[in-house]
Amino acid sequence: MTATPILEMRGIDKSFGPVQVLRQVDFTANAGEVTALVGDNGAGKSTLVKCVGGIYPIDSGDYLFDGKPVTVHSPRDASSLGVEIVYQDLALCENLDIVQNMFLGRERTRGIVLDEPTMEKMASETLDRLSVRTVKSIRQLVASLSGGQRQTVAIAKAVLWNSKVVILDEPTAALGVAQTAQVLELVRQLADNGLAVVLISHNMNDVFAVADQIACLYLGRMAAQVKATDVTYSQVVELITAGRSGDLGLQAAAVAAAGNGNGSHDAGVTDLGDMNGAQ
Amino acid sequence: MTETGTEAATPPPAGAPQPSRPDTGGEPGRGRRVLPPAVARLAYTNTFWIFLVLVALVVFFGAMQPNFISAVSLRSLAADTAPLLLIAVGMTYVIISAGIDLSVGSVLIFSGVIAAKTMLWLGGDGAHPDAGATSAGWTVTLAGCLAGMLGGLAWGLLNGFMVARMKIPALIATLGTLGMALGATYLITGGTDVRGIPLNFARTVGFGLVAGVPWLVIIAVLVTVLLGVVLAATRFGSHTYAIGSNAEAARRVGIRVDRHLIKVYGISGLLAGIAGCLSLAHFTTTTISGHTADNLSAIAAVVLGGASLFGGSGTVTGSAVGLLVPAVLQSGFVTIQVNPYWQYLAVGAVLVLAVYVDQLRRKARSAGR
Ligand SMILES: Nc1ncnc2c1ncn2[C@@H]1O[C@H](COP(=O)(O)OP(=O)(O)OP(=O)(O)O)[C@@H](O)[C@H]1O
Ligand SMILES: [Mg+2]
Repeated sequence: MTATPILEMRGIDKSFGPVQVLRQVDFTANAGEVTALVGDNGAGKSTLVKCVGGIYPIDSGDYLFDGKPVTVHSPRDASSLGVEIVYQDLALCENLDIVQNMFLGRERTRGIVLDEPTMEKMASETLDRLSVRTVKSIRQLVASLSGGQRQTVAIAKAVLWNSKVVILDEPTAALGVAQTAQVLELVRQLADNGLAVVLISHNMNDVFAVADQIACLYLGRMAAQVKATDVTYSQVVELITAGRSGDLGLQAAAVAAAGNGNGSHDAGVTDLGDMNGAQ
Repeated sequence: MTETGTEAATPPPAGAPQPSRPDTGGEPGRGRRVLPPAVARLAYTNTFWIFLVLVALVVFFGAMQPNFISAVSLRSLAADTAPLLLIAVGMTYVIISAGIDLSVGSVLIFSGVIAAKTMLWLGGDGAHPDAGATSAGWTVTLAGCLAGMLGGLAWGLLNGFMVARMKIPALIATLGTLGMALGATYLITGGTDVRGIPLNFARTVGFGLVAGVPWLVIIAVLVTVLLGVVLAATRFGSHTYAIGSNAEAARRVGIRVDRHLIKVYGISGLLAGIAGCLSLAHFTTTTISGHTADNLSAIAAVVLGGASLFGGSGTVTGSAVGLLVPAVLQSGFVTIQVNPYWQYLAVGAVLVLAVYVDQLRRKARSAGR
């Protein structure tokens, strides 16, 4: 395990017009680990992920990759760093087949013509590496796939590249028991292969099943990021619902400030230290 | 810790030379079938069925009236259809991108007028003003065609800009340019057709033959094949399908959706421009009162050819076949002495049916998820 996290977000602020969705958020992800990102509906998980992915520009804060500050303005910037995101809504093209979806935007060409044989080979190898056996043909249209198969294709699309960080936004939300287990196995496998995996989930069983670290957002603030082995199930639930649990999480003043929405920036203190809002 | 992790970085195993043909159906694919994309796509569109319909029609009319398949009637059918083929190809791109272009007929006329006016302006003979530019050379012809094509391209880019950047629904944006291009045409010509284009242009491109095939057809088919390949086998084509299928997904992988759409509408305009030049050569005059139904004919062809009006599917081959069906019906009815107006009824009904089937298929798809 290297000392520097592969991905580190420091003091991230993000507003949509008058609505401040993220306040001084710190977040890290280490290679070879699954970091679960939890929080109630509307806590800002997807927004944080979209900031990481270059979909939304951050208002202020630092984006560090492999310890070095970087600027990410577009999805292209993020993927050239090796950050791949599987969004909550997947965003696959139904009318296109699996290969076309996996290579969308980064098609292999020979001259100006698409290099279909190479793309098929790479897609097939990636699916094999992920031990995906449920897909009959890689030339199947995505429209004909089940929810779990789609999720698999989206994950395969993310790991096909030079990815170092893979972020999955609620990958199991729409899945049944068997398919959930498959996806979680896949998640664990990616981390064991050395990738940094960030998993967003509302399901505590899933979180505790695979996560090495748990980061909890509460109303746009990072309540705590802790080792999964250091906390209990109920502590995490408390962090999610109240922003604190014992001496973990936001201090009372910060909870109140976060709770009334327009509170000042300078009250948040987590167990990880500096959230004093000197901006 | 990274025993196999780095493999993610280098998808094809290093050192193993790639065979030119994938063996993905073999051991590594564990029996996963790999259909060639064209075949897979065909199975999901009704291109194949409309092709069968076309063959059946030709066989039927041929049996009823053997001289139906005579070289001459095929030739004139093809020559008459050539400009519309180009328009349908442009429409294919637009419809696959989940748009529509109603302006094509007006843009065709506008481009023809610009081309003709440019030829007259450059090649007019001061001594015989009535003769127009009939004796002008190829430079004048080429300059005129270039001007006409640029005119078409400009309208197309304007359409694209309005749709992609100003977020005006394509139906309205292109309805607007339909009116504007037509208005501009009438303002330029005062409502009378422009005549007197160079004779060499009309004689060769207009009704000349190469080995028995009209120039018009050769040009239209070459452009069609080129754009068919671009759509089916290049990155540009892939992105067109992706944008029509799920624009947000395309945006998320970094495709510049706005720019791409502007190009797609630009292609449609440019092709209408080329069609305007071909039509000008064929009729030796602009045809400003015609072409009002070109947009509908092209849309019908594209939809009959298996494209979905919701975007994301369709092929150039399909559209070409879809275009031939009404044309074959029309000449077929004439040769077997059935009132050819039945053609409109038949095509209209088939069109509605095609869209209905597409609708059902989409419903079945989302229900089966
Ligand atoms: N584009 C936007 N414009 C304005 N407000 C937004 C936008 N996107 C998100 N928000 C707001 O930001 C807050 C956080 O949303 P976000 O989607 O990040 O939550 P989440 O933690 O992912 O929730 P869930 O668990 O429901 O997915 C919500 O209050 C939401 O209304
Ligand atoms: Mg979310």
